[in-house]
Amino acid sequence: MNSSVIVFPGSNCDRDIAVALEKMQFKNKMVWHKDTTLPKSDLIVIPGGFSYGDYLRSGAIAGKSLIVNEIIKAANSGCLILGICNGFQILTETGLLKGTLLRNKNLKFINKDVNIKVINNKTKFTSKYNLNQILKINVAHNEGNYFTKESHLEELNKENLIAFKYCDEKGVVNDLSNPNGALENIAGIFNAKKNILGMMPHPERMVDEMISNTDGVNLFSSLINK
Amino acid sequence: MQITKKIIEKHGLSLEEFKNIKKLMKRDPNLLELGIFSAMWNEHCSYKSSRIHLKKLPTKGKQVIQGPGENAGVIDIGDNDAIVFKIESHNHPSYIEPYQGAATGVGGILRDVFTMGARPIALLNSIHFGSPSHPKTKSLLNGVVSGIGGYGNCIGIPTVAGETKFNETYNENILVNAMAVGHAKKDKIFYSRAKGINKSVVYVGSKTGRDGIHGASMASAEFDENSEDKKPTVQVGDPFTEKLLLEACLELMKDDSIIAIQDMGAAGLTSSSVEMASKGSLGIELDLEKVPCREENMTPYEMMLSESQERMLIILEDGKEEHARKIFNKWDLDFVVIGKTTNTRNLTLNFHSKLVGEIQIDALATKAPVYKRKWVRKKIKKSKLDIKKIRNVNFEEALIKVLSSPNHSNKSWVTNQYDQMVMGDTVQRSGSDAAIVRIHNKDKAIAVTVDSSANYCKSQPKAGGKQIVCENWRNLISVGAKPLAITNCLNFGNPENEEIMGEFAECLEGIKEACEFLNYPVVSGNVSFYNGTNKKNIFPTPVIGGVGIINKLSSPINHKLKKDKSLLLLIGKTFGHIEQSCFLKENFSIIEGSPPEINFFNEKNNGEAVLNLITQGLANSVHDVSNGGLIVALCEMAMSSNYGIKIEKPKKIRNPIEYFFGEDQGRYIVEINKDNLMKVEKVLQKNDIYYELLGITQKKYLEIEGLMKSNINDLFKINSQWYNQY
Repeated sequence: MNSSVIVFPGSNCDRDIAVALEKMQFKNKMVWHKDTTLPKSDLIVIPGGFSYGDYLRSGAIAGKSLIVNEIIKAANSGCLILGICNGFQILTETGLLKGTLLRNKNLKFINKDVNIKVINNKTKFTSKYNLNQILKINVAHNEGNYFTKESHLEELNKENLIAFKYCDEKGVVNDLSNPNGALENIAGIFNAKKNILGMMPHPERMVDEMISNTDGVNLFSSLINK
Repeated sequence: MQITKKIIEKHGLSLEEFKNIKKLMKRDPNLLELGIFSAMWNEHCSYKSSRIHLKKLPTKGKQVIQGPGENAGVIDIGDNDAIVFKIESHNHPSYIEPYQGAATGVGGILRDVFTMGARPIALLNSIHFGSPSHPKTKSLLNGVVSGIGGYGNCIGIPTVAGETKFNETYNENILVNAMAVGHAKKDKIFYSRAKGINKSVVYVGSKTGRDGIHGASMASAEFDENSEDKKPTVQVGDPFTEKLLLEACLELMKDDSIIAIQDMGAAGLTSSSVEMASKGSLGIELDLEKVPCREENMTPYEMMLSESQERMLIILEDGKEEHARKIFNKWDLDFVVIGKTTNTRNLTLNFHSKLVGEIQIDALATKAPVYKRKWVRKKIKKSKLDIKKIRNVNFEEALIKVLSSPNHSNKSWVTNQYDQMVMGDTVQRSGSDAAIVRIHNKDKAIAVTVDSSANYCKSQPKAGGKQIVCENWRNLISVGAKPLAITNCLNFGNPENEEIMGEFAECLEGIKEACEFLNYPVVSGNVSFYNGTNKKNIFPTPVIGGVGIINKLSSPINHKLKKDKSLLLLIGKTFGHIEQSCFLKENFSIIEGSPPEINFFNEKNNGEAVLNLITQGLANSVHDVSNGGLIVALCEMAMSSNYGIKIEKPKKIRNPIEYFFGEDQGRYIVEINKDNLMKVEKVLQKNDIYYELLGITQKKYLEIEGLMKSNINDLFKINSQWYNQY
């Protein structure tokens, strides 16, 4: 399985995701943001970081970068796209995913391990997880407060397009278990065709017992055995 | 322009120093030249008050590749791997503009590390604020923490450890010290010594603006009520550009294009060009109209003294200009050849083909003033502590007071604002005795920590100096690392005051003795004097940053209790030293008496035995006993895990308050499996280690027979509330 990781000048989780992909047996290539062609890929990952500094709105400039046209083309032809953290923010800026990521409710950067619950496991990204499985995954963001308009929220719920929700260790989804104020505790969503996943938590940080845990492994093994 | 007395004073130079400048130049300097002298001769750049004392520190050892004098220190960790690290202060700017001050402090120290060819892998910080009740403290805390996070998180280097402390001595002068640690190949270290004449001098990075002009002079003067007016001299950080600069520099460093490289830190273009030329015994000639400027009509004076961030000066090998330019263009950074090296041993400055300034390099560097300032030894005051009064306090209430105090509260409000996990190699995040960061793609790791003990240093500077080094060493041991070397950030008051200079001299004596005994050399550092406002000086606050190596990272160790019904051993002797303790401060607001004594032999012996136990896999968890004493250390082990502790009534103690809250040094708590007791005792007895069997781990409760029984969750709540309610 071939993967490509898009590298913006301010990406900083590009190496981390590449390490995780290679560990999970992907044949991975790094793609520079000024490139105008994509290598043949089954999966494109937009990693975390600060794309172009994000002094403007997070991901706003990246959403207009050269390589993004290629990502949109690939997405429309069914290629799998995974946007993590800044990658999720960029995907909402390109319009590939609807909604937006506002500043965290407490107006502070948040880095900690949070619990998330698998809401839909019938997708190419999540098939190896159990439904409602609780994962402990690291988040690290300033703008992770997902927001969208009511009609889209209805669609997300009706079409089962919510991938993960923040919860507590027992799986309870409420305000207390919501780290950033996201609407309905949403931590990750799919597009209508479910070939695009955007998520704030960092699965690539959870593939090594020495560092954290291995709760992120099944996301990658779902993809490789899709 | 006539150089008047007022202009000289404004540049922070004394009339005596001005006379000296005229003598060295054999004429009057012009304003540009005067500005350059003021930048190079101020305390921050010249170390004129501290140099004679710093020289006494041990800086050599088998593990040392590069000691003080370069951008950062370099140590050998085997297999052609080297660790590059340094700590630096950004106190004055952070008080004036906390977010940018702290952010650029992080940016500056990162550049010092990657200038040497290292990829930064960890950031640490030591931040000290005034009393929480002081009206400025809250906004300073917020600003500094988000500034540190803002820079490190964006550039993508994990902030893995640090300390946050409060003490009214910092009410008008906070401390913000940032440390960066990088990894390089031993055979690919880059230095700042220029070599060869007619080599291109290249400016790379951000454009030059008017920010930070005279920043280094500001950092070398006391504050007064007008300090807030100095806001325009605080630089503005751009971590995104720094990320570009980091990647571009490391890309260029893959081959042999670079002869010398130096970041433009304090005193910007001036100090970088002078230092490179001075180290190479060369001259340097710059055409200032070529300097990329952010603002219009900038004068040579402004260009030479600007402290705009994210800039580097590089001396390139012949014919490498185009190759280097391509790399910097790829990263959208400025790249301009602005001058060349010469054999004149002068700093020669041209502006539109007109000579605007010329100074001997030696006059700026090696001939900068060195002062042998007067200093006096601290008179040791006799303690007036009424020991009977303190013994009557309720034990559990006293513990709660300590655990809920700002200085001992859980710091996750702070550390959760820092990305600790980016780069994927953080094995132990902050909260333990030291952080552990794996060397990428290898089965080994480094441990890092920063420490300070201002109260100890204030009461007895020499004993305090010893104690910090030992505590730092102990913290590395506690996570299973062999301590290798330190960097120090020496934050003191006004060196022209002989008592303050005495604090400095004595602290350094203590640091020196400890480093020598422990074979723990100083490889880099920074001195920050003039911390104080209107003649009120801060407590002497040397901060020590230590690095250790874990050669085989099979099962990393920390202070979290691991099992039910395992045994807890206390290594090291408890005398019940209660003077200068947190117990006294938090319960009685007493800061009295002498700090606990250091016994070097026991310190080393105990530490080596603990490391031995860890390496043999006999320890389940380890925690050093420091501020707050034994009881706080036990609480920390329990609160960070799912287990409690049961302690039988200790037999031979004078009094439980002194036994549990005393801050005697050289002690560790070690959790071991019952089955391993014999093996452990054998190791300890063989090495003549004093130890006590403290108790066992249990579920849910922290219990001391006949003294207290508390639910761990309740203790955790007590310990976690302060920041959230502040």
